[in-house]
Amino acid sequence: MSAVVISRIVRELKAKPGALLPILHGIQEELGYVPEEAVPIIASEMNLTRAEVHGVVTFYHDFRSHPPGRHIVRICQAESCQAAGSAALTAHAKKRMGIDFHQTTADRACSLEPVYCLGNCALSPSVMVDKEVFGRVTEKRFDEILEEARQP
Amino acid sequence: MSATVFVPQDSGALSMGANAVAAAIEKEASKRGAQVQIVRNGSRGMYWLEPLVEVATPRGRTAFGSVSPRDVAGLFDSGFLEGGKHASSLGPTEEIPYFKNQERLTFARVGITDPLSLEDYIALGGYRGLTNALGMTGEQIINEVTESGLRGRGGAAFPTGIKWKTAFSAAADEKYVVCNADEGDSGTFSDRMIMEGDPFTLIEGMTIAALAIGAKQGYIYLRSEYPHAHRMLDYAIHKANFEHYLGEDIRGSGKTFHLEVRLGAGAYICGEETALLESLEGKRGMIRFRPPLPAVSGLYGKPTILNNVISLASVPIILDKGAAFYKNFGMGRSRGTLPFQISGNIKRGGLVEKAFGLTLRQLLYDFGGGSLSGRPIRAVQVGGPLGAYIPESQFDTPLDYESFAANKAMIGHGGAVAFDDTVDMAQMARFAMEFCALESCGKCTPCRIGSTRGVEVMDKIIQNRNREANLYLLRDLCDVMLNGSLCGLGGLIPYPVLSAVRHFPQDFGVKDVAALDLP
Repeated sequence: MSAVVISRIVRELKAKPGALLPILHGIQEELGYVPEEAVPIIASEMNLTRAEVHGVVTFYHDFRSHPPGRHIVRICQAESCQAAGSAALTAHAKKRMGIDFHQTTADRACSLEPVYCLGNCALSPSVMVDKEVFGRVTEKRFDEILEEARQP
Repeated sequence: MSATVFVPQDSGALSMGANAVAAAIEKEASKRGAQVQIVRNGSRGMYWLEPLVEVATPRGRTAFGSVSPRDVAGLFDSGFLEGGKHASSLGPTEEIPYFKNQERLTFARVGITDPLSLEDYIALGGYRGLTNALGMTGEQIINEVTESGLRGRGGAAFPTGIKWKTAFSAAADEKYVVCNADEGDSGTFSDRMIMEGDPFTLIEGMTIAALAIGAKQGYIYLRSEYPHAHRMLDYAIHKANFEHYLGEDIRGSGKTFHLEVRLGAGAYICGEETALLESLEGKRGMIRFRPPLPAVSGLYGKPTILNNVISLASVPIILDKGAAFYKNFGMGRSRGTLPFQISGNIKRGGLVEKAFGLTLRQLLYDFGGGSLSGRPIRAVQVGGPLGAYIPESQFDTPLDYESFAANKAMIGHGGAVAFDDTVDMAQMARFAMEFCALESCGKCTPCRIGSTRGVEVMDKIIQNRNREANLYLLRDLCDVMLNGSLCGLGGLIPYPVLSAVRHFPQDFGVKDVAALDLP
């Protein structure tokens, strides 16, 4: 199933110069992660070694090797957010969600990930849910954001 | 008559609920039968007031902030469309001191217009620079940029004109213009604001760069953490192509320039120019040896202009108003303006575009209003994760490249992150090493191994295990990283670490900092 999707994306994009990152983004956009089986497909289509493809996939923090929850919750860990209390917010989030970074809640609703800067530093601390950014996030606001994300 | 109401669509404003405010205004207007046209502008950069709603009046725009959806009915009750007062009234937007006391050149249009309206862009002086450039030779364009004194705004402050001249002089069948939009430094968001608030100015700057060196293809390497900027850029590029400001035969000149956005994938190191090029070529973001410089051998080994967003976005105004106009701002060898960004523990965080030469204290207190917590500001990190921590005793240093360098600090991309007196500087030094370990590309040993050893040494210092010996070890390690790393990541990460020890020795249990003889 996903092999079909992967092959289609690779064929669509492989003619672009420097196509590997656009291809990996394309796969992750559709499947939520880059499955192990993508590596040999990409390698053979692009005339690269599997090691080269594997090396690129694992170099970048963005690419996940396992399916995430329905939503990705990211909490900024960079300096500006630290100055505005992100460490306490992160501890609260982990406790509230019952998971650590790079884990997914038991109901598969949310995965929790660290992020280093969302460019919303003037409104630190910041949180991103999927592609939406939230600023000046207090513990209470975090709970509301999480509650909303959890709605099916 | 229809009233015009501005509700920003900048992602900072969106992060405070601007979409909900716009929807509430629309709903309330239709309920009351009021004629309202909502314009989704960029942000004025006064983030503590977001969502900042503005109403166009015969006497200029008047502001309300921060507005929440709950305030909307009250705003209509108070007759805000006709200039009525409300508890959130801020008066005329451009009279707000934070805004009024700025010198907006690069950000002249940001927050004023609908960023995706090419008509607005042109009405406010957009594409005049390109029109001039189309009538000039490559050398003339480069001379103008060189004369303006513009230096790379990404952090390294390298003279832009000289970089362009190098790429111009290199003979090749193909050349590229690449924009470094991998704005990964914490405390910086001016690139994002331009891309979301005035994307055409970046597109115009890149087109002028392409004309200067004869490049036909350009890329904007954008970090994946900026999905909203991605949408805005894609739309603006599409529109510029449609109106023949990009693509084949630009405005009937016979010149060609194609532009495409490429997404990064969460690697901080890809903000380093050679790692960025590797990534753009579809490889791991490993840095390259220099020389050769990217201007000689860059993307796919071809001469490449690689500039930061703000550098490129500053080009249109230089080509429009001339080098002398731009050069007139600033001090010493730091010419023009820099969009400073204040963030962290600060009351009025945002963007302040000023000529070089104002002091950190003015930035933090006159603009920023002091800390958000109300406690004293103890340390400020200037220039991102690789920038030094500045103590209060140096808050009066003028913000220009040379004065900061003299203090073993750097202005970098103009970000200042404030910390109040609850900060533990030993923890911040540890974090710097930890961040470097996480983001190191692994090519050179001082950075790859040094950062991991740095975390371990910091842990020992924090836990008071053989502290004195470990402080000397930390000093030597920083010396090796400073002088032995291949690029700015390993080479600059000692800045925050050493500045923390130098200016806040008590947090490290150091009694006599002079005895450490720090590099």
